[in-house]
Amino acid sequence: MSEDQKDVVPEPKPPEQPAVEQSPENVPAPPGEVTAVGVRTGMFGASGTPDTSGYGGLVAPIVFPGPAQRPYGGWFDEVADALEGHLGHVVIHRGELTLHVPREELLHVAQTLRDDPRLRFELCSGVSGVHYPDDAGRELHAVYHLLSMTHNRRVRVEVSVPDADAHIPSLVGIYPTTDWHERETYDMFGIVFDGHPALTRILMPDDWPGHPQRKDYPLGGIPVEYKGGTIPPPDQRRSYN
Amino acid sequence: MATDQDMYAGASDTSEGRVFTVTGQDWDQIVEGLAEESDERVVVNMGPQHPSTHGVLRLILELEGETVTEARCGIGYLHTGIEKNMEYRSWVQGTTFVTRMDYLSPFFNEATYCLGVERLLDIEDQIPEKASVMRVLLMELNRISSHLVAIATGGMEIGALTVMTIGFRERELVLDLFELITGLRMNHAFIRPGGVAQDLPPGALDEIRGFVALMKKRLPEYAALCNANPIFKARLEGVGHLELDGVLALGITGPVLRSTGYAWDLRKTEPYCGYEDYDFDVQTWDTKDAYGRFRIRLNEMWESLKIIEQAADRLAGLEGAPVMVADKKIAWPSQLAIGSDGMGNSLDHIRHIMGESMEGLIHHFKLVTEGFRVPPGQAYVPIESPRGELGAHVVSDGGTRPFRVHYRDPSFTNLQGTSVMSEGGMVADVIVAIASIDPVMGGVDR
Repeated sequence: MSEDQKDVVPEPKPPEQPAVEQSPENVPAPPGEVTAVGVRTGMFGASGTPDTSGYGGLVAPIVFPGPAQRPYGGWFDEVADALEGHLGHVVIHRGELTLHVPREELLHVAQTLRDDPRLRFELCSGVSGVHYPDDAGRELHAVYHLLSMTHNRRVRVEVSVPDADAHIPSLVGIYPTTDWHERETYDMFGIVFDGHPALTRILMPDDWPGHPQRKDYPLGGIPVEYKGGTIPPPDQRRSYN
Repeated sequence: MATDQDMYAGASDTSEGRVFTVTGQDWDQIVEGLAEESDERVVVNMGPQHPSTHGVLRLILELEGETVTEARCGIGYLHTGIEKNMEYRSWVQGTTFVTRMDYLSPFFNEATYCLGVERLLDIEDQIPEKASVMRVLLMELNRISSHLVAIATGGMEIGALTVMTIGFRERELVLDLFELITGLRMNHAFIRPGGVAQDLPPGALDEIRGFVALMKKRLPEYAALCNANPIFKARLEGVGHLELDGVLALGITGPVLRSTGYAWDLRKTEPYCGYEDYDFDVQTWDTKDAYGRFRIRLNEMWESLKIIEQAADRLAGLEGAPVMVADKKIAWPSQLAIGSDGMGNSLDHIRHIMGESMEGLIHHFKLVTEGFRVPPGQAYVPIESPRGELGAHVVSDGGTRPFRVHYRDPSFTNLQGTSVMSEGGMVADVIVAIASIDPVMGGVDR
């Protein structure tokens, strides 16, 4: 080591910036407001293989974007104002507004969204079901995407119900387009849309047992032999999820 | 053949009244058989295998004479569980599944899925310009090929076979371009999260310009053949009438919505992939019928040609620019090329990971087998497909596989208009009304 290098005094490091100031995403959510829908174990995704690193014991909650705080900014507040008192929590993520609505308020919320001149969501893009098997008490979600052509805005309305009591009021009376969409969601998830004029299966055969898009419904498949090797069906291959 | 028993019904099915199985050249027997019945009401099952039902669509029509009193659709014959299958594949592999949904507009399926994934990854701003321009180019070429099939099959179903043959003739040219650019005529999986799979091959822009020049000669042939053709107009005009309020209540979008005169096009109202930078017009018509929808499709092909020309000009100035996001944690590591044996391979990349860089090998292995993780959340980025609003509701739980992907397919939604469009009309007009919706059953059933 040369002489001049010895004399260099390391500059005092600036105190590390708190994580909260580095990015607003680093702010810890207040207790009770985190929307965890399950846990993820291990660090590398794979399971069933010998793990010598110790990281396989990690358990981390799967956290969805949490509720937003007022003011939301822009027209998001107008929507929230018009529906004050009828909403669950509101999530804003990647610029998309999601209104979580209790099922008993759904009809009122949808009617207001469609008819209120400040809102005017004329077009419903349909219903999409999502099954969160580990989200206790709110396993089944029905997600509606609404479009206001007057104001050129989009909003997502999400209703969650427990698996044991999977009933949601039907929106066919307000948005007739949801007729087939609700039948599809019933077919795939078993959510019963009360008040639907003819809630029957639409894609699967009428006598099909079970609801295929639920997470507890197996994918099925058989091993395939190709050039001497055997490839297991997709749900039995090694996964890193 | 008039029997008391439906020969195709299972033992558990009850068939009320008399059952006729029509096999051809037996209309006399049916008329005789019906004459015995005092009631003129007939329920006709049409399809699912029928040359006029625009795919594997089953129609259950209640007729009084030749007038349709009730029309219902039976769907699900092409349901393949694509959405379920995607939950067992990586995010990149998802594109190979979605491209097979609506098989006439594969690039649109891929684009809306990739835009949703990119929004969840929060890399929407990082998509290279060339990737977006190539997406626009491919989508507009695809719009032309899809509209050509819509016009061709619609013509065939009313007996205009020349419209069918020339429609498929031109579509073949578009598919040749797809083959040149992506390597495949259909089911491309070319648009990937982060960009597109490959750069344009050499000479592609010349081929595209040649195609545009040819189409400008060929499209007037369609207009000359159909636009003022009295038989064509007699079959299409006033058929499948639907007003704007009915269209909105049923959630119908695309040419059917624009045939009511409302210029709603997501390329203008919610631009994606840089559509705001292109000069084109939204085509509308005011007759609210099948003829208006035909004219809109014809005009939209002209608009697509305009966009393709602009995209080709921009691509000429983007030679050598990246087509995939720079983030190596997302971009596919290798670039495939066609080897002497006709199989894709990438010798430079193999040399790099096998001979030079252990880290490169690990990275390649991790990204290809495991895939990238997408932050938890949900996104919905709809785009204007040839049939209307196409959107993928993409949900991630933070894993390497989609937690749930649901397609809001315009064919599925628009097909709900069948009853209101055809009830009260003649049975022959049901075919025209459905053809004017242009449903693609692969997208309806998924």
